[in-house]
Amino acid sequence: MERLRRFSQYLAALVGNSYWLFPWKAPIYQGPIKRVCFPGLNCYSCPAASMACPLGSIQNFFASFRVNLHAGIFHPGFYVIGSMGLIGSVIGRMPCGWICPFGLIQEWLNRVPLPRIRLWRPLMWLRYLFLVLFVVLMPLFVVDSLGYGSTWFCKLICPAGTLEAGLPLIWLEKGLRAAVGWLFAWKLFVLLLIIFWSMVTSRPFCRVICPLGLFFGLFNRTSWLKLNFLADRCVGCKACARVCPTGVSFFDGTDDINGTTCIRCLRCVSICPAGSVKAEFGPVMGKDYHGKEIGVGHPQ
Amino acid sequence: MRRRLPLLLTVFAVGLIAWGIAHGEVQEVWRKAVTICLSCVGIG
Repeated sequence: MERLRRFSQYLAALVGNSYWLFPWKAPIYQGPIKRVCFPGLNCYSCPAASMACPLGSIQNFFASFRVNLHAGIFHPGFYVIGSMGLIGSVIGRMPCGWICPFGLIQEWLNRVPLPRIRLWRPLMWLRYLFLVLFVVLMPLFVVDSLGYGSTWFCKLICPAGTLEAGLPLIWLEKGLRAAVGWLFAWKLFVLLLIIFWSMVTSRPFCRVICPLGLFFGLFNRTSWLKLNFLADRCVGCKACARVCPTGVSFFDGTDDINGTTCIRCLRCVSICPAGSVKAEFGPVMGKDYHGKEIGVGHPQ
Repeated sequence: MRRRLPLLLTVFAVGLIAWGIAHGEVQEVWRKAVTICLSCVGIG
């Protein structure tokens, strides 16, 4: 299972960044596939990116919403919300564990042999702030004199954009180096912070910051794919908690197995020696051994 | 009704995509995605 997941991560990273003609032809891919939103954090300003970043796209819709509305065009970004909602409604947060290139990068970094620092769990509430404030409210309401907003999450936070687009563009276009200022210095600081944090804590960006991961995660309780923990089979070996990349601890009742943090890597399913964790798939809510609907648990 | 929520959410999401396609949102996604937004990546 873990090999399959790794293969899926590498394949997705290659498919999402398959335009390798950028040094010779156009500096960025401009073909028809860029109409499709990539189900992961993958900056579309990256020279090799072949698809659109859903987070950048939705911020663009919100940023130009007022001006469009003034011109009689109603474009709230339903295409992007629907695309991500379709994926989330079927597999929940699984793209984070199986597709997202930035998740893969964090997993690489976490292999560096350094002392581990456990994540202070209240920090995970910040995800809601990043989603609501930086992705929705600021692009809608912090606007210039013409009424245009900005892609504030990309501009101020997104380390994937700095790594996949900012740095390669500066490297490729010498003329851009003069335009680098305090904003890029700030973004570089955020990127370095995330890089170092990823070395000592597993997937900190996914757990504390990522608005896209949170959006997918909100579907975990109601998606077709759900995890079912059969508590009466559990032998309490804690293997599931040890292998979980996002620190979900469901065996002792601390967390909901279908909470927003689970990235559906399915490591717990394959490692459990007693078979007490099951992945189930279907368009209606299943029921566990006690007749309770799977997915209905305490919030996380 | 609650048991069918996963299916209803999927149908609703497909409806949103269809609305977006019918109202030209796909073209707008493409238009933004094919231009390098320097300020979006912190340059300039």
